[in-house]
Amino acid sequence: MTEPLIELRGVSRRYDSGPPALDDVSLTVAPGEALAILGPSGSGKSTLLNLIAGLDKPTSGTVTVGGTRIDTLGEAASARYRRARIGLVFQFFNLLDDLTVFDNVVLPAQLAGAARRETHRRATELLRGLGIDRHARAYPGRLSGGERQRVAVARALMNRPALLLADEPTGALDTASGAEVRRLLTELHADGQTIVLVTHDRTLAAECATRTVHVVDGRITADTVLEPAL
Amino acid sequence: MSALTKVVRSGVQRRWVQTTVITLATAAAVCSGLLGVGLLVASNAPFDHAFAVQHGAHLTVLADRSKTTPAQLTASGDVAGVTETAGPFPVAQVMVRPPAPPGAIGTPLHGPVFTVVGRGAPGDGVDAITVTEGTWATGPGEIVIAAGTGWHIPLHSTLTVGEGQGAPTATVVGVARSVSDTADAWMAPAALAALKAPATGYQMLYRLTGADSAAQVTAARDAVTQALPAGAVTGSRSWLTVKQEATGRTAVFVPFLLAFGGLSLVLSVLIVGTVIAGAVGSTLRRIGILKSLGFTPAQVVRAYVAQALIPAAIGAGVGVAAGNLLAVPVLARTEQLYGTVALTIAPWVDVAVLLGVLALVAVTATAAAGRAGRLSAIDALAVGRTPSAGRGQFAARMAARLPLPRPVSLGLARPFGAPVRAAAMIVAIAFGAAAVTLAVGLATSLNRVQVTADHSGADLVVDGFAGDPSNPDPGEAGEPTTADQDAVTAALDRQPGTAHYYGVTETDAVVAGVSGLNTLSEFTASPAWSGYELVSGRWFTRPGEAVVPTELLRATDRQLGDTLTVTHDGATSTLRIVGEVFDPGNNDFTVLAQAAADARPASWQVGVTDGTDPSAYATAVNADLTALGLTAHVIPSEGPDDLLVIIDALAGLLTLLLVTVAGLGVLNAVVLDVRDRVHDIGIHKALGMTPRQTLTAVLSSVALIGLVGGALGVPAGLVLHGILVPAMGHGAGTELPAVVLSVYHPVQLAVLALGGLVLAVAGALLPAGWAASTRTATALRTE
Repeated sequence: MTEPLIELRGVSRRYDSGPPALDDVSLTVAPGEALAILGPSGSGKSTLLNLIAGLDKPTSGTVTVGGTRIDTLGEAASARYRRARIGLVFQFFNLLDDLTVFDNVVLPAQLAGAARRETHRRATELLRGLGIDRHARAYPGRLSGGERQRVAVARALMNRPALLLADEPTGALDTASGAEVRRLLTELHADGQTIVLVTHDRTLAAECATRTVHVVDGRITADTVLEPAL
Repeated sequence: MSALTKVVRSGVQRRWVQTTVITLATAAAVCSGLLGVGLLVASNAPFDHAFAVQHGAHLTVLADRSKTTPAQLTASGDVAGVTETAGPFPVAQVMVRPPAPPGAIGTPLHGPVFTVVGRGAPGDGVDAITVTEGTWATGPGEIVIAAGTGWHIPLHSTLTVGEGQGAPTATVVGVARSVSDTADAWMAPAALAALKAPATGYQMLYRLTGADSAAQVTAARDAVTQALPAGAVTGSRSWLTVKQEATGRTAVFVPFLLAFGGLSLVLSVLIVGTVIAGAVGSTLRRIGILKSLGFTPAQVVRAYVAQALIPAAIGAGVGVAAGNLLAVPVLARTEQLYGTVALTIAPWVDVAVLLGVLALVAVTATAAAGRAGRLSAIDALAVGRTPSAGRGQFAARMAARLPLPRPVSLGLARPFGAPVRAAAMIVAIAFGAAAVTLAVGLATSLNRVQVTADHSGADLVVDGFAGDPSNPDPGEAGEPTTADQDAVTAALDRQPGTAHYYGVTETDAVVAGVSGLNTLSEFTASPAWSGYELVSGRWFTRPGEAVVPTELLRATDRQLGDTLTVTHDGATSTLRIVGEVFDPGNNDFTVLAQAAADARPASWQVGVTDGTDPSAYATAVNADLTALGLTAHVIPSEGPDDLLVIIDALAGLLTLLLVTVAGLGVLNAVVLDVRDRVHDIGIHKALGMTPRQTLTAVLSSVALIGLVGGALGVPAGLVLHGILVPAMGHGAGTELPAVVLSVYHPVQLAVLALGGLVLAVAGALLPAGWAASTRTATALRTE
């Protein structure tokens, strides 16, 4: 049996004295899976994603990714974990406006201290592969939403992460751009990329995911393996 | 509580960094302003106060008793312009020898020459003398010493009054103070008449109807001179000269305090202005919300001005307290100079400085907050949400190409994204660097002034009077003789460790064109190594050449190359002036000249080579000198002058204030920058930037600013030093030699410039730490 890439055991996350954002959640994700986390606003989807990304720590329970307990990591180790194993795509792209598209894409590799030549080769390859190489010298503010999300995906893939996490990747996009991003994620999964995405977009889940979990009030209420798309 | 009050209170409490910066910046401005203005006022006031209380003499005239009579002198009080007189009092120039120090044998051979005036009582008219200790001298053998002569003779000590064997003695019965500086000591007229003084005459004191200008005093002196027989007036002194001498030392403070006060004030205004401008810029959305809720533009401006004025008022209170406390040691010294007048910083100065600085803060804050008032609610909301335009993109692109770790290059590009904020930080750091450069230069200059003024470069002194080794009390063994010059030089030349030496003889002399007795110092060689510094010209190289202090050149209206007639020991000689020497702080003028080849110096000053222990040297050389009846003594270190200590301490304190304020300016700017960029910091962290890398990026963002600030501040400090130190010299009535003016070494300047970087990094350290420790998820959620 294949070792899970992600394993959450009894994870809870509480903020102040209110109800838990996550309540005793256990979940495993195998390598190569594409998991869509669905649920209404405030259900705890993004909290779940943040815990897997090492951006947040559970109040109780354990989070293991690629055999590493990330709930016990300090800030610096979490940062190193993210740049080595995780690619993050956000709803509002989170590109740095004062950096060019190219400089945005190479940033994770530069933070990791990668060799300049290899970094440039990889960034060029990604930009070309995602069809945005003509915008390499442009600033994000001049691109369409779909193009910006492609840049964000390129940046997320820069360090060849084992896991791509996407938080509402089509949430801020128009229909055409949303379709463009869905197609991109589907292709990435087809190439073997493990993906966990949080979305309201059932079309996205249906097209890109091999499995869905429904989160309601901090609990997983349904875990469904989808039929592969024909 | 009104809505406006709530907004102001929440603004003051939530933005505690901004509140702290305004508080401290205002405290620094008030404190240094108070020191500047307060000491300026205090340094002038006590003399005038004491002069009024003692009914001081505007004009003091010395008359030759062989050419005029007491009756003629009394009648001179009737000339036009004179309102009141005192005198004539008998006056004599007398050598006063102190009692032997503990353990010493016999009376010292030499002592200072005092102007001793015969007065039966302290008087209550012109020059009403204040007896500060003991009683007035009324009987024979009693003497009262003037306070401030530099002598610390206990009451009831016995002094020898006069030269040679058999000179009479007098007991110190009191210490008194004359603000008109009419005497060094007083005796009863009959007791003074019993002395065999080399020069005697009458002293006459005048009060004038108008004495505000030198011309008025000169006119009165001329009228008195005309009223007396020809040649009767041998000297005169204006109260303006006395005042200049009395306030000269405190006047040294004036340009220094004005410069530091001005620097501090400008820096504080800059910091308060940028803090408020930054507060407005970083809370545009809040302003938009307030306006959308119905706040008028005036209310918004009032809210932001109040957010500045509340901490500024607290800071001003702290500054007033600190300024008054810091002024205490300086004022205590001034009080010591005048004795009778208790000094504090005038209350009106406290009020004026406090209100002035608060007004400045209010004006600065109103100007900065005006933008908040002018913005429409929609614009404020829109601008508050929209990320800033693509400023600094070119710099970011260029920085990305640098072969540096990415956090460093990200930080280096940051100032170009917020150029106004960066410029404000550069100015703050430049002020700090200028202040440190100025303080370092000032301390060096003042220390060099002390060495050169004290001529304290010699390590040992050899008394050139040869006694009879078989007689332990030279004071009782007949007239001493000076040792043979060749024998002394041979002994010193033979001794290993001798670096320099010269013989010197000091004699009382009359310099043509200057009233009173002065000093002629004749040297066997140039004394330059012992701390004497030339302002211009050269040292004497042969007999007949002289070097004189600036003050003497001014008093005699001479220039280099002119001649000077000096009378001493009954002989008159003409000396050519070849150099101008720095010799401040001496009440009489000293003429430095080359001694004749066969001179027999009264003492020898010796400097030892580096690494030679002066005590061991003294022991060794005394083996030779004892045979000549001479002894070498190590010159004890006197320690720094208290005035210099005070100035050094004040410079250090004011610099610390300025550097702290500059650092706070950087801190506030970086806090605003980090707050503006917190979302971007979150993105960086999400992409894998570690806390250490975040720290590096934030600190790198101020590195260029620190370097540029340092590079601008150090030359500014140099220029200020170049202006300030000569101005302080002028305040003390002297020109300064190059060794005092040129004090910076290139390496020192480079280090000082790097101090800008240190200041910037120190100011940014706290917000950089906050940025590093900010949780990624929190930062990403921040709007």
